[in-house]
Amino acid sequence: MSADELSLRVEVRHPGFTLSVSEALPLDGVTALFGPSGSGKSTLLRAIAGFERPASGRIACGESLWFDDQQRVDVPAHRRAVGYMFQDGRLFTHLDVAGNLRYPQRRRRDRQSGWDRDAVVAALDLEPLLERRVASLSGGERQRVALGRTLLSRPRLLLLDEPLAALDRNRKAEILPYLARLQRQFRLPTLFVSHDVDEVAQLADNVLVLAGGRVQTRGTTAAIVERLDLQPITGRFEAGVLVEGVVLDHDARLHLTHVDLAGDRLSMPLIAHVPPGERIRIRIRARDVSLATEVPRAISIRNILPGTLEALVTEPETGFAEALIGLRGTRIRARLTIAAVEDLALAPGAQVFALVKSVSFETGG
Amino acid sequence: MSASDLTAVALTASLASITTLLLLLVGTPLAWWLSRTGSALKPALEAVTALPLVLPPTVLGFYLLILLSPSAPLGGLWVRLTGEALTFSFSGLVVASVLYSLPFMVQPLQSAFESVGRAPVEAAASLGAGPLDAFFSVVVPLSGRGFLTAAVLTFAHTIGEFGVVLMVGGNIPGSTRVVSIAIFEHVETLDYAAAHALSAGMVVFSFVVLTVVYTINRRLPVHVG
Repeated sequence: MSADELSLRVEVRHPGFTLSVSEALPLDGVTALFGPSGSGKSTLLRAIAGFERPASGRIACGESLWFDDQQRVDVPAHRRAVGYMFQDGRLFTHLDVAGNLRYPQRRRRDRQSGWDRDAVVAALDLEPLLERRVASLSGGERQRVALGRTLLSRPRLLLLDEPLAALDRNRKAEILPYLARLQRQFRLPTLFVSHDVDEVAQLADNVLVLAGGRVQTRGTTAAIVERLDLQPITGRFEAGVLVEGVVLDHDARLHLTHVDLAGDRLSMPLIAHVPPGERIRIRIRARDVSLATEVPRAISIRNILPGTLEALVTEPETGFAEALIGLRGTRIRARLTIAAVEDLALAPGAQVFALVKSVSFETGG
Repeated sequence: MSASDLTAVALTASLASITTLLLLLVGTPLAWWLSRTGSALKPALEAVTALPLVLPPTVLGFYLLILLSPSAPLGGLWVRLTGEALTFSFSGLVVASVLYSLPFMVQPLQSAFESVGRAPVEAAASLGAGPLDAFFSVVVPLSGRGFLTAAVLTFAHTIGEFGVVLMVGGNIPGSTRVVSIAIFEHVETLDYAAAHALSAGMVVFSFVVLTVVYTINRRLPVHVG
């Protein structure tokens, strides 16, 4: 057992379903528990929090033992130093926003971690909401308050149970930057349950893929998102890659930002709020990448990157194939028609030019 | 209204108040347990709780009379402790009323606790609140309507009881002669004027109380997630 590990050996039995997981997760950064609904991700999170009693196993967070069926240890939920953020927020409707934030403060577990109420209120822009009644909050505001309330309980480990699932697309876009900023500011180890690969791509550093109550695989987010063979699990994920780059400079006149992509230079829509030198995460969708076997002239696409075709997988029962292209220091994916593959005689090893039509900025830092 | 009838009114009010308070103390944990448990005993306990709803008051009164009599273990213990008998006394009436009105306290509370559900309790636990703390800081405030309904129904039902009182308490002025017994006595002795005064009073009182409850219930904020 290590001081900075969440060590899990958990077996939970429900009628017709068994969750069986044995992993050690780093108490550092964001780890996503990812998988289709019914795969056991929420059950695992609930077992860690102490809401669900495993049939057998052992759960230890660093030095603290939370559950061990052999030693008959089962620390009740309120004595485990976890912050649990629920899908629906679960704000207390008989209290206003300020009252909800006060609730954990009066019951704070004796840890002297650094942040106080003012820091949390500022980080989540809660000041204008303090006097409001819970019923009058929008879905996104509600989740922000719930997140603030959870942070004020000063947890050692943050558990997020699909915190965005109840929100529509716009609300998600509203709350995601807060979650990302929070990670940078409070450096709280986080387990994050999601069935949405987009969320995972934006927030997680590492991914544990669950299916049918078992761990299928684990790895860094970039590696998992890149794996073509996981698509049956990742579902109707818009295939693509996540790559890290460093902001080079901004061109305000052309409204562009230049990014160094491990040796390749990429231009993308202006992200003026990220200063040059910062690392950012960029998503390049496979459908936005075309291939050419020679440098095309007189073309509107600005990003033309030379590379090598490394792999080619034909999608069953469609007219499409996915290609993995090695660039100078990273890889991207392209979605092509099978007809194009045949016309250009594309095969692994071929020298190609990747034409990147658009890229999207995911998160900074 | 005669002095003895006024005594009966005061006696009834104090019996109902004491019964309601005692049932709040006894019924709340019982209702909480019933709302949470997965125990095999739950249906049996629910049935016992609901028995006073279906049994004739005379049956309940009969068994209470036997149980509370100074020659029975329970009644005898009370005599040794206090020097008084439980039968035909105000204390005995309180015991009988607590049993008789039990479902009126437990059932509204149980359904209120069930509708609060586990979610807010889990949220409270995740914020560091122990079970008792979570109960008082989250469950009780969210069950406000349930407590109001339960207390009012218990109070009103205790005022309305007749059969059990007659069996266990008899008709002792200032001790067990409650309003419903006084009305019965006035009717028996053909003193309809006195019976009217008390009966009309009961009708008006019950109507006012229920109207107030329904009004407050509608005004209380509805707590939805």
